[in-house]
Amino acid sequence: MRWIWIDRFTEFRHREYARAVKLWSGAEDVFADHFPEFPVVPASLILEGLAQTGGILVGEANDYREKVVLAKIPRAHFHGEALAGQELEYETTLVDLRSEGALVDCKVTAEGRQFAEAEIFYAHLDQSRSQQLFGDRNFVFSGELKQLLGLAKAASQNPPAQ
Amino acid sequence: MSQDEIFSKVSSTLVEALNVDEDQITPGATLQGDLGAESIDFLDIVFRLEREFGIKIPRGELFPESIFQGDPEFVQDGKLTPKGMAELKSRMPYADLTKFERDPNFEGLRDLFTVDLISRYIQSKLQPSKN
Repeated sequence: MRWIWIDRFTEFRHREYARAVKLWSGAEDVFADHFPEFPVVPASLILEGLAQTGGILVGEANDYREKVVLAKIPRAHFHGEALAGQELEYETTLVDLRSEGALVDCKVTAEGRQFAEAEIFYAHLDQSRSQQLFGDRNFVFSGELKQLLGLAKAASQNPPAQ
Repeated sequence: MSQDEIFSKVSSTLVEALNVDEDQITPGATLQGDLGAESIDFLDIVFRLEREFGIKIPRGELFPESIFQGDPEFVQDGKLTPKGMAELKSRMPYADLTKFERDPNFEGLRDLFTVDLISRYIQSKLQPSKN
């Protein structure tokens, strides 16, 4: 199963800001169960999309040398529900970046209206410990996420016209 | 900044970081035991204190890792060694260790981390250097 919950980056500014979009097509498998005849986007998957957008912002900040993991979501507020067919925009702003981790401020807009906001806290896995546990492989920024990294870079090189 | 101001800012920082009610925050409340902080919360608290007070908190200064990791030089048979106690004193000069010294049980270390300890630490950081 693919575990990527953003479609593409629309803006990417190094160590500052990333914006991605996700179109929640009614054909997504998730709507079969969530819920029959009432296709509402699970808030947890919106948070996952935000975490991926912000996670790449944090990873790129150090050229993907750190293993970035979601540590904590101190705050998340949803003002309504997103339904199948809606396109959500995920905006993430890097508030704080240190050697141990980073804090990202997130906003979700649906059709131009702010729909949710959250704070996501990432930790850089301790180099020595993560090597013991996972070896040298950077399991966070690998496989399919790499493709997104390419897309993120493409977005950063071709910023949308102002 | 007065002690009350520091306490009130520390208190609001902890409310945000630990999602607790303000009335749970008393000077003697322990971060882990009373306020339910987990290890990752300590990092979050450090981040927030830096922003709230405009200070820099170097890694391991507020929550010294060397002692908590149970280095055998510092901890033996579940108790802090004299060397460990000396290390603790030098790393945390702002901590009140009187009670802990009577029973230097490693398990009791976590109870040193109270709201009051953070306030004292912040106070020590905000004081102009004595040198």
